[in-house]
Amino acid sequence: MTLSTSNTPVRIDSPGRRIVKQFIEDPVAVVGLVLFVLVALIAVAAPWIAPQNPYDLAQLDIMDSSLAPGESNFMTGQIYWLGTDQQGRDMLSAIMYGLRISLLVASISLGLAITIGTIVGVAAAYFGGRLDSFVMRVVDLQLSFPAILIALILLALLGRGVDKVILALVIVQWAYYARTVRSSAIVERRKDYIDAARCLALSDRRIMFRHLLPNCLPPLIVVATVQIAQAIALEATLSFLGVGVPITEPSLGLLIANGYDYLLSGVYWISLFPGIALVVTIVAINLVGDRLRDVLNPRLQK
Amino acid sequence: MIVYLVRRLGQSILAIIAMAVLVFAGVYFIGNPVDVLINPEATQAEILATTQRLGLDKPLYEQFGIFIWNALHGDLGTSFVYGRPALEIILERLPATMELAVVALILSVGIGIPLGIWAGLRPNSLSGKTIMGGSILGFSLPNFWQGMLLILIFAVLLGWLPAGGRGETRAFLGMQVSFLTWDGLSHLLLPAINLALFKMSLIIRLTRANTREVCLQDYVKFARAKGLAGRRIVLVHVLKNIMIPVVTIIGLELGSMIAFAIVTETVFAWPGMGKLLIDSINLLDRPVIVAYLMLTVLIIVSINLMVDVIYSLLDPRIRLSEMKG
Repeated sequence: MTLSTSNTPVRIDSPGRRIVKQFIEDPVAVVGLVLFVLVALIAVAAPWIAPQNPYDLAQLDIMDSSLAPGESNFMTGQIYWLGTDQQGRDMLSAIMYGLRISLLVASISLGLAITIGTIVGVAAAYFGGRLDSFVMRVVDLQLSFPAILIALILLALLGRGVDKVILALVIVQWAYYARTVRSSAIVERRKDYIDAARCLALSDRRIMFRHLLPNCLPPLIVVATVQIAQAIALEATLSFLGVGVPITEPSLGLLIANGYDYLLSGVYWISLFPGIALVVTIVAINLVGDRLRDVLNPRLQK
Repeated sequence: MIVYLVRRLGQSILAIIAMAVLVFAGVYFIGNPVDVLINPEATQAEILATTQRLGLDKPLYEQFGIFIWNALHGDLGTSFVYGRPALEIILERLPATMELAVVALILSVGIGIPLGIWAGLRPNSLSGKTIMGGSILGFSLPNFWQGMLLILIFAVLLGWLPAGGRGETRAFLGMQVSFLTWDGLSHLLLPAINLALFKMSLIIRLTRANTREVCLQDYVKFARAKGLAGRRIVLVHVLKNIMIPVVTIIGLELGSMIAFAIVTETVFAWPGMGKLLIDSINLLDRPVIVAYLMLTVLIIVSINLMVDVIYSLLDPRIRLSEMKG
């Protein structure tokens, strides 16, 4: 009897390659990803690809007010594919610019909230003790109130503004990341490689961010995809209620609110098309997030 | 048990105090309400008199002390706009909001649980997948957008139901309610569905996950082996066991429904306290904002407390782990 030792090396894929491989197995998720990339590209390139600059008053013609989709400018023959609003603004251009603001607010607040939440969460898990229990008390207190209520309080107090909406979203969201990172970091902290790193007398900061944090990333990524869709929806809601972004920088939510008064008289396009843009964005992110959750969940892997 | 109760009550009071400080400190920065309320042509003396009457000239900590003292006596200030006690105005609007929230809760439970069980029993069927797909849309699309679609479809295009307002009301247990009149009911239906959709989606997902888990348990297999009818297995054995987590979620979500009602009420012009809050923010009516927030915080904290206590009565493990911690 001989032990069969194969000489062909077993190929072990890197985690990144495995995730990509599994991700593209689901066609629905790939469609979601393509849609999201498309939406993001439109948002980034809006100033160059939009038919008009909707905030340059010189380009607006009041004669074109509330035109239905497909009608064109009397003088120039420019076609308004999605109609115009009450000021004669091309809705297609307004949506492209609105998308830009919506995604800008959501991604900046996402970045800040993840950074703050991660640092607080890792530190709480690593140092434990009083810091940990204090942080978790604050997180629990905050999460016991609905996010929309907290954001509304903050904006009612601070007033309107893009920076204020970002601040409110960061305050609402950091707690989710802190809790997620802490709960996985507290498990990782007890493992041998952290002890090994301690024995090498590495600095606390290095252990926390080079050893502990990379091992807490998968759940963080999953929560982030859920939260960015939530952030976009929340920003839209706040702007719709009139406490979000200012009228000079309308996001999709504010565009919908502007058209809301005309909805009942049958002028549906001012509200409907920005709403569809919002829905496509959110659904695309959720499709990607759903697949990522399956791919990154260690329990579902063989 | 008493240790746990006292501890939990302490936490709740702490939460209320924290919110009171936050709300009050923040409201101070909203701007000077005197500028908004007084005729720009008023003389300096008139402005001074109004400022003094509203207590806006005192230092912040003194205003806060007065605020807390009065709040404990049920006085949350007088509305700048209506000239009446803020709490009174809000309490007038409370029945409308509660009616909306309760009807929405009944809808979300009454529709959500059966759909969730259905999807849980047939996870791979077309109907099961459709229900799950619908629930993803239900909780990922913004609430106000769903409400607008409802209005566009049922009020504008089909013309079946009114787009806003509350309709005819009738007195019931000392409150004005809509659900007793035909007109009121037709006004109530769309906002209630709008408010229910989000929770319904959550309940569907939760019920489905629990149903799938319970169906694999030995007692369900045993019931099946005994030859019980499928309906009896679902109604008795499955339903009873999925109710525990579902009931907790329902309790906790009632509080957040009051917060979500802000959006629904604004979309449907429903005269509840959420719409009052948005109007007050636009008018910078500080006392009404503060009174709304304090009342809502109080309601949410009380609901959370009640759910926790009931839950710990039902499940001793929670009580024990909390006492140690």
